[in-house]
Parts: sequence; C-alpha cells; structure tokens
Amino acid sequence: MSEASVVQVKTTPEDLLNLPEEKRRAAIEQKEMPIVLAHEVHKWYGNFHVLRGINMEVFKGEVIVIFGPSGSGKSTFIRTINRLEEYQKGKIIVDGIELSRDVRNIEKIRMETGMVFQQFNLFPHLTVMQNITLAPIHVRKWPKAKAEEVALQLLARVGIPDQADKYPGQLSGGQQQRVAIARALAMQPKIMLFDEPTSALDPEMIKEVLDVMIELAESGMTMLVVTHEMGFARAVADRMYFFDQGQIVESGTPEEIFTNPKEDRTKLFLSQILH
Amino acid sequence: MMNREVNKQYSSGEVLAPPTERYTVLGWLKKNLFSTWYYTLLTLVTLYVLYAVLKPTLFWALKQAEWEVVVVNLRLFMVGQYPADQIFRIWIALHLLAFTAGLAWAIWLPKARRIGAFLLLIFLGLAALPFISGFSRINWVIFVVAALIGWGLGTWKPKAMRRPLMWLLLAYFPILILLILGIEPILKIVKTNLWGGLLLTMLLAVVGITVSFPLGILLALGRQSKLPIVKGFSVLYIEIIRGVPLVTVLFMAQLMLPLFLPPQIKIDNVLRAMAGIILFAAAYMAENVRGGLQAIPKGQHEAAWALGLSGFQTMYYIILPQALRNVIPVIVGQFIALFKDTSLVAIVGLLDLLGIASTVLAQPEFIGHQREVYLFIALIYWVFSYAMSYASRRLEVALGVGER
Repeated sequence: MSEASVVQVKTTPEDLLNLPEEKRRAAIEQKEMPIVLAHEVHKWYGNFHVLRGINMEVFKGEVIVIFGPSGSGKSTFIRTINRLEEYQKGKIIVDGIELSRDVRNIEKIRMETGMVFQQFNLFPHLTVMQNITLAPIHVRKWPKAKAEEVALQLLARVGIPDQADKYPGQLSGGQQQRVAIARALAMQPKIMLFDEPTSALDPEMIKEVLDVMIELAESGMTMLVVTHEMGFARAVADRMYFFDQGQIVESGTPEEIFTNPKEDRTKLFLSQILH
Repeated sequence: MMNREVNKQYSSGEVLAPPTERYTVLGWLKKNLFSTWYYTLLTLVTLYVLYAVLKPTLFWALKQAEWEVVVVNLRLFMVGQYPADQIFRIWIALHLLAFTAGLAWAIWLPKARRIGAFLLLIFLGLAALPFISGFSRINWVIFVVAALIGWGLGTWKPKAMRRPLMWLLLAYFPILILLILGIEPILKIVKTNLWGGLLLTMLLAVVGITVSFPLGILLALGRQSKLPIVKGFSVLYIEIIRGVPLVTVLFMAQLMLPLFLPPQIKIDNVLRAMAGIILFAAAYMAENVRGGLQAIPKGQHEAAWALGLSGFQTMYYIILPQALRNVIPVIVGQFIALFKDTSLVAIVGLLDLLGIASTVLAQPEFIGHQREVYLFIALIYWVFSYAMSYASRRLEVALGVGER
C-alpha cells in the first residue's frame, strides 16, 4: 500500500455524483457530503510526478491548512481546485460540480471559489474599486451601483475603507493583499483558496492580513490555506495536511499535529519551521 | 576628531530642503562644456561642424533659394489635382476632425491644457502665413474655433459626451471618405486619381494606421491562440510580410493583383496602395503588440481567470489595456515610420507628396529647383513626424507608462 493512503477519505466521487442535484446540494449544505472532494489526484509536469494520489475532503465551513516543504506540490494542488492547473488522473468535485475539461464547469467553479495569491496579482491599471467590482459587474452581471456598495462594505471589512480610489501601486503590500481578499470575496464565493498569502509580505504586515483571514474563518467561510503561519493554523484550522514529495504524509487537527505528530518527516519539518 | 554633524538627530517634524545648485552663465559653461580638455575639444569640434553645415544652408535658404516654386504650387503640394472648387470639402473634414480632437482632448487629457493651447496657437499661426489665400485663412480660424467648441463641450459635460465621442470617432472614417470621394448627387465625385499631395499622404497614413492597428491586435492574439489553424495562419502571415520590403508589397498590389482577379473587377489604384500599406503595417503591429502581451505577468491571467472572467473578458479588460499601454512608444514609432513609408507609393505612380514633387519639378519654369522642393517636403514630413513623437511622449506621461 502506498504512503498516500495514510489519509482515509470516506466519500467516493460516485457517492456524490450519483445523488440527484437537489439532494447533493442539501447534503453539502448539511455537511453530510464534502464541498471539496479530491480523489486520487495525479499530476505530472513532463516526466516529473508532482501530485501522487491526493485524497482530501473538505466540508462546508471548514478551515484547512496545507503545509510542507517547497516543491511538495501543495501550491500545485490548491491551484488544481479552480483549474489554474490541470491534473491528469483522479477526480476533483467542487460544490457538487465535477471539474472536467468542460469550460462551462470550469467557469461555474471559478465563480464559486475565490483565490488569493502570494504575489497579490491585483490589476495595476485599475483602481482598488475597479479591481473589486470588475468581476461582479461582468461575470455576475450586477448593476454597477450594487457592486460598488458591496465593494465598499468589503473594504471596510478588511480595514481599508478609504483607499477605494487609489491604484494598487500606491498601497503597501499588506493593504494590497487585503484588497486582493476583498476582490475575491466580492464574487461571494463559497470557498476561498489562499496560496501562501503572507509569504511575499514584510514581517510587520503579516499580522494585518492574518487578522482578516482569521475574521473570515470565524465567519464560517470554507477555506483552504497554503501557509507556514502556524499561529494562524493553531488559532482557526479545523484540520491540517502535511504535504511532502507530492503526497499527503500526515493529516490531523492542529492539536494532533503540533503535540503528537506521527510521521518522522512531519516532526522534522515542524522542528525546522517552529524555532 | 569626530564630526558632530553626523550624529545630529533630526526631529521628526523637521524636513530639510534638498541642496540647490546655482551657476552663473560662465559657471554653467565651465561645468557642462569645458570641464576637461577632451570635453573642450568635443565642444569645439561639434560647434565647428554645426557652423560649417548651417552657415551655407541658411545663406542659401535665405538669400539664394527661389521659394516661388513652393508658393506657386502650394495647392498642388497640399491636395494635388483635387478640384479647386471642391476644396471646401477637405476643410469640412478638417473642421470635423478639429471638433472631435477638441472633444477627445477635454475628455481624455483634461490636464494637458497647456499643450492644447500651444497646438491651437500654431494653427492660428498658420492662418497668418503670408502666402496663403484668404479662403485658407478663414478656414484656419474656423478650424481653431471648431476645436475650441469641441473642447468646451467636453469640459462642460465630460460624462455625457463620452458616448457621442465614441460614435464620432467610429463615424469619422466613413464621413471622411464620403466627403473627399463625394456622393452623388449631393457632392460631386472626385476620382482618386485626382487625389494627391499631402492630402493623399495623410489619407494613406491615417487609413493605414487606423485599420492596421486592430488588425495587428487580432494577428497578435491569433499568434498566441491555442487553435492550431488560427495560430498557423497568423504566424505564416506575419513572417511572410515581415520578410518582404514594402515596395514589393506595393508592386504586388498594383501589378500582380489584376492577374489574379477577373478582368471585370477593377480596383482603384489608391485603394490598392492602401490595402498594401494596411496589410504590411498589420504584420509589424502584430509583433509590437505581441511584445506587450508577453510582458504581462502570468499572475494577471490567473487572477482574472480565478475571478471567473472568460478568456475574452480577461483579454479585453485586463491584458490588452496593460499590454497596449506598455507598447505605446513602439507603436508611435511604427506610426511615424508608416507615415514616412507612404512616400513609396510615388514609385508605383501615385501623386503623394513625393510624387507631386517630381511633377512640380517637371514644370518648365521650375526646372532645377530640386533643393527648394525637396527641402520643403522634408520639412512637412518632419513637422508631422515630430508632432507625433512629441504627442506620444506626452501621452506616456499622462498614462504613467513605465511607472506602474
């Protein structure tokens, strides 16, 4: 048996897909079925086997922290969930929709998942307000007034209500990342993906971004977070996954992972980052 | 001994002004022109070369040259053999352009008032030239007034005027062609073989630039496409066109095209030249745009996709605006080159500015006046090219290119 099967997943893709649409939705709502299900996901870059059989189930409202050494495939995995990366084998089902090559499914899933990047990736030629309202106006087809109202609420929520008319280049890194979070939230996603959201920030700005993420987690958002911020994990994570060499080596609650890691690789890695 | 100044603490409220450098005239000369012996040598050599070139040129231009050839043939240089009683149509087109430009200026470059005023002053200055007709004088004044009206409207209601401006810009082309070509029975048809001079040069350049621009963008996108046929066609087209000189394309358009077409179909000479120029310029435009597209970081695509934007929306709202903004200098450079390249149509027998020059020189009374004529048209080319390059620099500043 391969190491990957350390993590046991109860649901199979068939369980989920065989349910009729309405029951499937209800089951996800009731947290009987996972909102994100990854089943034996494999990915290769050329001959390099990046993801080697990833299994994961995430229920509505859960906060998942994914960590591991660089090159372990953790970023690649989180990017397969909204199809920024393709995978060659296995199944990923997001909010009851199977990720396939079908462009319509991909766009549907992208509407329901927000993503925050390590490098912020704000649109430099648009103001903060335009960054946030672009997708709601053109994808959700909201009227401009509604989109702007929501945007202002979100900017207040992330703590920068007075920067709406500035351009991203005029903001600090921490402010930019908070705008990026507001931009993702403006689409009112069901799931938020964070790909190392604090890795490109100066130390004094990390906290302001983490505070926003903690508030978001406490509000009941489903979150998958790739991060090495163990304080964040300890505070809000429901479960943690340790990735190494394209596999999930160990998973558990923060309590289990921090106090009693079972695998040697997990112990070693934790000892390296918790100094 | 320790320098106490180094350790002086500045209180947070205290702000020091940067040190200023002030020079006397002599001091400036010394610092910039004669600071070392080799700078001095360079300065002297350059000054001598300038003197050696400018002195005979100016002497010739002011004392010996007979500018009569230009004054007498001014209308030929400007509009070729376009009928004198129809020239008002060209003026109407110019006034409409001035109005549109004024409107666009007020809406897009509200801060660049001073340059606008400067440009208008130049046009007013044209009205005061000694050798032009009274009719032209009046029209230059109307031109300036039209620009001012457009600017006033745009300043008065910038939001409400956005849409009319777009329509005006889109409609300007067809209107221009209708005005100049004519439409029976309202306006007499003026055949294209009568178009000439600066009018033809400008028409070729403006049509070439405006049509090749969107075409170039499409080709650039085509080249990046994942669809093999679209991509293959774009690459093939771009590489073939870039591999041949413009003259060849023009000759192909003039001489070869009729071989492929059935004899009933006759395409106008000017139209053929236009098509040649457009097809040629589009390939270069595509490569410039591609450079801009490739400079956009992958994260911009990903952020747009992650938000659920479609491929088209991503291009239209996120990638193209940034890519085009970054390549403005290159594109303007290409526009200028294209403007000058239109002179090649003289080789295939069109009477553009350069073509007209040779017909003027064939007039018996002006034989041997090449210097005057070519200097004059060189000056015209320079004025327009420089204006474009100046405008682009201002545009870069206004759009903040390079300081994203």
